[in-house]
Amino acid sequence: MNGLLFLIPVALGLGLLGLVAFLWSLTSGQYEDVEGAALRILEDEPPLNE
Amino acid sequence: METLDQAGGEAMSCCAGPLASATTIRAESSARIGLLEELNADARHLAGGGTNYQIALPAMHCGNCIITIERGLSPMFGIEKVRANLSLKQVSVTLKPGNDNLQPVLSKLETLGFTPQSPGAAARAGNDEVLSGLLRAVAVSGFAAANIMLLSVPVWSGAAGTTEALFHYLSALIAVPTVAYAGRPFFISALQALRHGRVNMDVPISLGVILATMMSFYESVIGGGHAYFDAAVSLLFFLLIGRALDQMMRSKARAAASRLAALSAKGGMVVDAQGDLTYLPLDGIKPGMVLRVAAGERFPVDGTVIEGATDIDRALVTGESAPIAVTTGAAVEAGTLNLTGAVDVETTRSADQSFLAEVTQMMAAAEHGRSAYIQLSDRMARAYAPVVHILAATTFVGWMIWTHGGFHESLTAAVSVLIITCPCALGLAVPVAHVVSAGRLFAAGIFMKDGSALERMATIDEIAYDKTGTLTTGEPVIKTMHIPLGEPVEVARALASRSVHPAAKALAKALASFNMALVSDLHEVPGHGVEAIANGRKARLGRINWVAEIASRTTGGHETGVAFALEGGPLYYSTLSESLRSGATRLPKLDSFVISGDGAEQVEAIAHAVGIAETHAGLKPGDKLALLQQKAAEGHHVLMVGDGLNDAPALAAAYASMAPSSASDVGRMAADFVFTRDDLSAIGFTYKVALKTARIVKQNFGLAIVYNIFAVPLAMSGQLNPLIAAVAMSTSSIIVVANSLRLQLVRS
Repeated sequence: MNGLLFLIPVALGLGLLGLVAFLWSLTSGQYEDVEGAALRILEDEPPLNE
Repeated sequence: METLDQAGGEAMSCCAGPLASATTIRAESSARIGLLEELNADARHLAGGGTNYQIALPAMHCGNCIITIERGLSPMFGIEKVRANLSLKQVSVTLKPGNDNLQPVLSKLETLGFTPQSPGAAARAGNDEVLSGLLRAVAVSGFAAANIMLLSVPVWSGAAGTTEALFHYLSALIAVPTVAYAGRPFFISALQALRHGRVNMDVPISLGVILATMMSFYESVIGGGHAYFDAAVSLLFFLLIGRALDQMMRSKARAAASRLAALSAKGGMVVDAQGDLTYLPLDGIKPGMVLRVAAGERFPVDGTVIEGATDIDRALVTGESAPIAVTTGAAVEAGTLNLTGAVDVETTRSADQSFLAEVTQMMAAAEHGRSAYIQLSDRMARAYAPVVHILAATTFVGWMIWTHGGFHESLTAAVSVLIITCPCALGLAVPVAHVVSAGRLFAAGIFMKDGSALERMATIDEIAYDKTGTLTTGEPVIKTMHIPLGEPVEVARALASRSVHPAAKALAKALASFNMALVSDLHEVPGHGVEAIANGRKARLGRINWVAEIASRTTGGHETGVAFALEGGPLYYSTLSESLRSGATRLPKLDSFVISGDGAEQVEAIAHAVGIAETHAGLKPGDKLALLQQKAAEGHHVLMVGDGLNDAPALAAAYASMAPSSASDVGRMAADFVFTRDDLSAIGFTYKVALKTARIVKQNFGLAIVYNIFAVPLAMSGQLNPLIAAVAMSTSSIIVVANSLRLQLVRS
């Protein structure tokens, strides 16, 4: 039972962490240009506009 | 024109489009002035003082394009940030505070090989609020469903006492906020339906989920064994996935539609008393103003030509296939295309009273008939909801009699009936099938507006085709030609290859195998044809009467054809016929008829070629509409396939409608389906997918009902336990989804 009291919050916390990570990625616009992101990695030089 | 900023100009590799002809360049540079107005209207002013613009670049297609655009624009003066988006084919440009001139950016994009366009209001859906909201709800309910399922396993495996209570409370802690947050889309839609005195699928869904949650909470508090948190939340999760997919399909179709929206005239160049040109948007153009319309542009409003001569293509407006020569004094309608020469037009009516507006009003009136169509799922809900509620009430009354007033047991049994009949599989049956079909059609270059279009498409029994631009490509081909070999044919080819007139283009194509003679002083005479000097003799190609002026003898003949003569020589002419779209001879085997605004002779020739007996020629937009309404009154479900402004009311009134992507803006707006391939086989394929979808949806309903036949007696007899509920609900949903996925396999 003590184990449960410790493990259940840990399990839920990890799940929540994943949920928060997904929601953050959604709001920060990471799904707005899926095709472009895959191709940007092939660029040799850092972009000039940062 | 602005001077071009040359910073960062690099050699274009794969991204340069083919060089546009002189006509399109002329049209573009004037359209770009209007474009600037549109982009400014849509610009967002940021807190820091900068301005953000979204510019659509249809030519963007690869990783190289991203680099070219970003490196090309970034070094320019007054640019804060540039970010190209390949999925949307747009670039987001932020100008520094104090800089509000976007023109250099547009010119620069032009030199890089990307023609800028306005993304249109609909395409600003890069941040689709509804979809992100649904995705958040999917994520939250997914997290909750997984954790509650895990917490339920020990309870099902026999945890008891404190452990069971603890797990139930934990589940409640997760489930209650989840249902409150993730269930909102269903609750809102259910409330709206009830407020209008209707029932839709969301009513029984909301009722089931809310009751299940409330009852489970109560059971947890009193220490009973009936906690259905897992069933309620996983149900929400599955249904939300369906909703999100449905929304994705819609926004994809919307984005595709707005990407297709061509550079139609949304304003015009007004000539003032001093002869200066200013761009005015459409609603600023008043009757009595003078507009200058360049070759290659569409007339923005109705007017009368007061200077210049040209040929106009009225195909999209009236369905007439042959271009018409107009000179001063001729009336032109809004939406017709100016082909060969710039003209000044005096406006006779403002935009909101022009021919286009009349058609739009007619269309809006016609659409009322279609809005009466009720989606299949809602029709099911109307039959389903009362049955479920009667069953629950019967259960309650039966248990009250059976247990002599055991209120708690009776209520538990009644609520468990509502939970088990909560139409999860039914709620998924239709949207999932529609989404899979939409994806299948999308892959074939056809996009649909919404799911109800597929349902309507599946029940059509007659097809009405427009002729010009639908059954035909709108580009004429040479049928007969009598130009002798040697010098005449070579000169004719030289002249034909330099004209933008469709008839001359067709001749150039037909003569492509011959040599081209050297000619000098070649110029186009708007409204007449092309003239040049070949070996010291004048040569003309164009309208028969004009060409006959230099010929030795005149031949009476066809006004539709294109004539050619060398000075003092005989007159040669060729007749034109329209070329059928590919696939026009393999149309679906349904009763069909052709309705067109063109002359009876042309219509019958084309109808005969594609094997359709019934024709209606010379129809105005109102006549087409009346004909379709008459067919509808006779009880026919007619599919209308058309492309023009003159078809728009008919497209809106028909039971279902399709348009090619080359259609006028209004025509595309009115159609249920738009196909981007030139091939008419899209019609047959769409019909096939619609029939198949209808079949799959019926099977899905059948599966959902079979599940209920097994599960309801269990619930009514009080034998339902949370384990059975959770398993039954999940499996029925998964079976329905798997069955819908079979639609991916439809062969074209």
